[in-house]
Amino acid sequence: MDMANQARIKETAEKYGTDKVVVILGGAEAESAGLTAETVIAGDPTYAGPLTNVALGLAVYHIFELKDLIDPQVYDEQISMMEMVLDVEEIINEMNNIRSQYQEG
Amino acid sequence: MNFPVIRGTAYVLVHAPDILLGHGTTITMERLKNPDSEYLKALPGHLRSFQEAVGYLPNQVYIGNAHPRQLAEHPSPWYQHPVEAKTQGKYGQILGQAEFYGLMKIADSFNLVELSAEFAASIKDRMPAANLSPKHLAQLDKTRDLSEIIDMVGSHQADGLYLNGQLVGCVREAHDTDPNLSAHVVFENLVCKASGVLALVNLLERFQIDPKEIDYIIETSEEAIGDMNQRGGGNLAKAIGEIANCVNASGADIRGFCAGPAHGILNAAALVQAGIFKNVVVLAGGSSAKLGMNSRDHVNKQMPALEDMIGGYAVLISENDGVNPVIRTDIVGKHKIGSGSSPQAVIQAIVADPLERNGLKITDVDIFAPELQNPEITVPAGAGDVPLANYKMIGAMAVKRGELDKSELAQFTSTRGMTGFAPTQGHIPSGVPLLGMIRDELLEGRIKRAMVIGKGSLFLGRMTDLFDGISLILEPNQGLVRETGLDLEEIKEHIRLALAEAIEKAADILARR
Amino acid sequence: MVDKAFFADKKICILGDRDGIPGPAIAECMQTVGGEILFTSTECFV
Repeated sequence: MDMANQARIKETAEKYGTDKVVVILGGAEAESAGLTAETVIAGDPTYAGPLTNVALGLAVYHIFELKDLIDPQVYDEQISMMEMVLDVEEIINEMNNIRSQYQEG
Repeated sequence: MNFPVIRGTAYVLVHAPDILLGHGTTITMERLKNPDSEYLKALPGHLRSFQEAVGYLPNQVYIGNAHPRQLAEHPSPWYQHPVEAKTQGKYGQILGQAEFYGLMKIADSFNLVELSAEFAASIKDRMPAANLSPKHLAQLDKTRDLSEIIDMVGSHQADGLYLNGQLVGCVREAHDTDPNLSAHVVFENLVCKASGVLALVNLLERFQIDPKEIDYIIETSEEAIGDMNQRGGGNLAKAIGEIANCVNASGADIRGFCAGPAHGILNAAALVQAGIFKNVVVLAGGSSAKLGMNSRDHVNKQMPALEDMIGGYAVLISENDGVNPVIRTDIVGKHKIGSGSSPQAVIQAIVADPLERNGLKITDVDIFAPELQNPEITVPAGAGDVPLANYKMIGAMAVKRGELDKSELAQFTSTRGMTGFAPTQGHIPSGVPLLGMIRDELLEGRIKRAMVIGKGSLFLGRMTDLFDGISLILEPNQGLVRETGLDLEEIKEHIRLALAEAIEKAADILARR
Repeated sequence: MVDKAFFADKKICILGDRDGIPGPAIAECMQTVGGEILFTSTECFV
């Protein structure tokens, strides 16, 4: 995850409260999406960025997980083609794994 | 219409492990924030030797010694299964770091590169001789005492040039306060210039082109050449042409992030087709900043730091000769400002629209050349297999358009796509690495149509959130279309004469009855 | 699983991926879901 984005998320969470901020991801790979999710929940696992040892516990979702909430036409135009390109199942599984591992409640 | 042709292509690589340590931004940023990190301590142990880098199959593919299709068949990981380490290839060469420092000195017009006398003497006979004159080589006689070099580096007036950790030279700042002429910036610009020169001299030599034939040079790297009052003034193109003795050329730089090369080729094609110039070279050297970009992940995964190669390319676009493959300037794709940034909209604009406008389907293209980054570099870093993702997107677009069945998607990517092999040098992997192979296959009649795609992430400059992209279609030459040179009045005169003859004949026939 | 009501009062931060789903595409989608989008970014790793 980009260092500048880590800083931005940290700042935003401090300003609005960790229960108000939600992060939405568009990662192409399960591994990198999972890493980003872990970072905004439990802290930067690579100890490289501003979220090192900072567990914000933010709500985080990959856009694929929110398909049912999105206007179908907008989803079709913006996202649907990528369902044939990316491994949707693997990404969603990884997101669930990370959440159950690191999120409380 | 006489389309412009691709007359030649050259590809070069420079092995640069010390430059990686000194100038790769992943490393320099880490040194600022975490100078004692485990990653920095471990990295030197993950650097490849010249032999290892040359014997790495993707690098052999890049310079034309192996077909990209061999990559899928070669046992992986490729870095553990070396091939014959040939420094010369069909399209170019792989240069060692020491010789590259010599080339930086030769390419330096302001005495900013200093080499120690000892070091310069050791490399003088090993310089790539192609198209480098005695005057060029004489630059290597201008040397300095190592003690002076040590002083300059120590007082931060210069960035060191190292060989296996040993200081052998330096690049001096060009100004004591202007940050745009700092030693670091001059270093980056000279790396780009020298690798661009290497690509150009390889192009001229391998295709036996007289440098005097080149009318214009377009340079497409991502560096900014200038000082604090004109930070990106540019024209590295002309600077590169000067070192290669292209005395009849002028030039300019075209910037478009990773889509730069595609924009460069597009503009070169337009200049040639319009008859403004006969021979335009599109080229770029590589980036020292991007070296080792993903090396943190490579170290973590016990891999060598594979991003140790500076890349360069040069393509010659010339007027139609009836032989070389043509650029179909009437089938050009572009991502418009209003196109939208969803992957769908991007592929629609760049790939589908130009084909549709010309009555063609995605399945009418035999080979696509999008971004061709080596997946062995990018997959361990969580960035995925970029070429494969591009091929899947193009295939998915074909499925959406009813040109392909979903079950045929896998076959689409393997028959019309290639495994990636280019170093992650930004503009370098973007479409251009396959031009050499595509040109060969079009000449040999093995394929009928190829699409080259360049895509750029403009948002990286924080001036826009937009993507960008250009696509070009390449086809076999159908032979020269000869201009008849007739004008309207001449045509009318011919018709008048033919009519007059016909009327006379008719009158004759009637009279005889 | 979460529902639309959850997002209504939230502040959204979008981390798009150039090779996955870019930021602006995610933003278009989230605009139909709810919440206030604070920033959208697209990361590029190559």
